[in-house]
Amino acid sequence: MLDVGELRKEFQPLSGQPVVALGSVSFRVGSGQFVSIVGPSGCGKSTLLQCIAGLSRPSAGRVLLHGREVTGPPEGLILLFQEYNKSLMAWRSVLRNVRFGLENRAGMSRVEMDAEARRYLELVGLTGFEAHYPWELSGGMQQRVAIARALVRRPEVMLMDEPFGSLDALTRIELEDALLRLWESLRATILFVTHDIEEAVYLSDRVYVLSCRPAQVIEEIEVKLERPRSQLATREDPRFIQARHHIFELISKEMAKG
Amino acid sequence: MTGAMNWWGSRWSGFGFLLLLVLLWEAAGRYGWVHKLFFPPATTILASFFQIVASGEVLGHVGVSIWRAGLGYGLAALVAITLGVLMGYWRVVYESLEIVVELLRAIPPPAVIPVAIVFLGIGDQMKVFIILFSCAFPILVNTMDGVRSVDPVLVRTARTFGLGQGALLWKVVLPAASPFIMTGLRIALAIALILVVISEMVGATSGIGYFILDAQRSFRIPQMYAGMLVLALLGYALNRCFLVADARLMAWHKGLTARQR
Ligand SMILES: Nc1ncnc2c1ncn2[C@@H]1O[C@H](COP(=O)(O)OP(=O)(O)OP(=O)(O)O)[C@@H](O)[C@H]1O
Ligand SMILES: [Mg+2]
Repeated sequence: MLDVGELRKEFQPLSGQPVVALGSVSFRVGSGQFVSIVGPSGCGKSTLLQCIAGLSRPSAGRVLLHGREVTGPPEGLILLFQEYNKSLMAWRSVLRNVRFGLENRAGMSRVEMDAEARRYLELVGLTGFEAHYPWELSGGMQQRVAIARALVRRPEVMLMDEPFGSLDALTRIELEDALLRLWESLRATILFVTHDIEEAVYLSDRVYVLSCRPAQVIEEIEVKLERPRSQLATREDPRFIQARHHIFELISKEMAKG
Repeated sequence: MTGAMNWWGSRWSGFGFLLLLVLLWEAAGRYGWVHKLFFPPATTILASFFQIVASGEVLGHVGVSIWRAGLGYGLAALVAITLGVLMGYWRVVYESLEIVVELLRAIPPPAVIPVAIVFLGIGDQMKVFIILFSCAFPILVNTMDGVRSVDPVLVRTARTFGLGQGALLWKVVLPAASPFIMTGLRIALAIALILVVISEMVGATSGIGYFILDAQRSFRIPQMYAGMLVLALLGYALNRCFLVADARLMAWHKGLTARQR
């Protein structure tokens, strides 16, 4: 359903040579799949997601969603930004931030929207903070507000840019499993960027490993672990450990080159 | 000891200083340290103040001035915020309007009065226009800066949530820029008061500016000072109201910046 073809993106910095963030990136994501992208820092992962989300025009190549070229933000696709704190609205309370995810949906009353928003706030463990403002919360809590705001919309495709990066280990585990449950019940398609190799393997059906800048897909790893996954059993499975080793080696080699 | 410290640190010390100045003024007038006719004693001015307030004479003038200033200020806010958002958001609009705006902005508003009189006469239209003209620029420039400073991540977030241009400006850009807009509105408030008085001194038969000028011309010196006292109180009250509104509306911004510090 999501088809990324030879995507290239150059930036012209204020001074100097153009920076090629994406060299030629190609991959496919099937409907309902959970796919992760890992790669060295600064290789172009965020740039890639912004191109897919129709927020940034690629220099060459194209993105197809359901066979149609993406030229602007597509309906039913949400990008969750890496800079979650900047993506929240400081003038809105937590509840009203989450409600924002529903506000331009036709046919929902404010009461229904608030009820939905509360449900998703509970899901990310923020019940009791509805009336707070984002800047009154910790980084991890702000991150969870942003996640709830994206989920409340029940997007068909969700692009997540290191969404659990600033969470402590326990909250992270909790949210990983909550995300998996949600993904299964919504039958959503998720493209997940992370710098945590274990997280990528644990969550995904498939992992794409990117090279250093200019980014290219250097390998595609199928993760054939049963679902539902379990934090203990899955992570101890020999196939999990093997996939982890393999990706780790790929990235180490890449980093040594860069 | 602490009692004395508290007194000096509190507003009461401010009122004490004010009282001291009034007493000095009183003495200067009474004992002839200055020309009694031009500097009547404070009590004479106060008596005149209460007289013009009680007789209702000055209230009509104040009402007219507030109406003119309010109308000009309100129109300026409407026009300048709209234009400022468009100029700040779309580079094309900025490029096409910037030079004209910068040239107009460079003209000291009182210099526009003669032109305005030619086209609009000396009635209310001229005065409202002058106030609009002078208030618009600080609001415009601040709105533009505010819109430019909106984080691109915020704009992109709104776009990924499917907001169209109109909703994006209204629900995201405008509130995000509102602290800057408030700064512009606050500067413009002071300017509105200045320009309403100036324009009423040029040609008018009503308004607080006219009242002061008329008192001076007909040698009612205590009333002239009383009129200035009215202006001082009016300006103070308006600014207070603005600060209270600002503290309520922008509480989120105060909290945010306090956190970032
Ligand atoms: N607007 C821009 N102008 C110029 N260069 C840019 C711009 N945005 C990104 N880049 C460059 O593109 C490259 C990729 O950036 P990107 O943010 O996509 O990396 P990333 O893989 O998401 O990194 P991280 O893992 O640290 O988040 C970087 O070298 C960056 O300097
Ligand atoms: Mg990134």
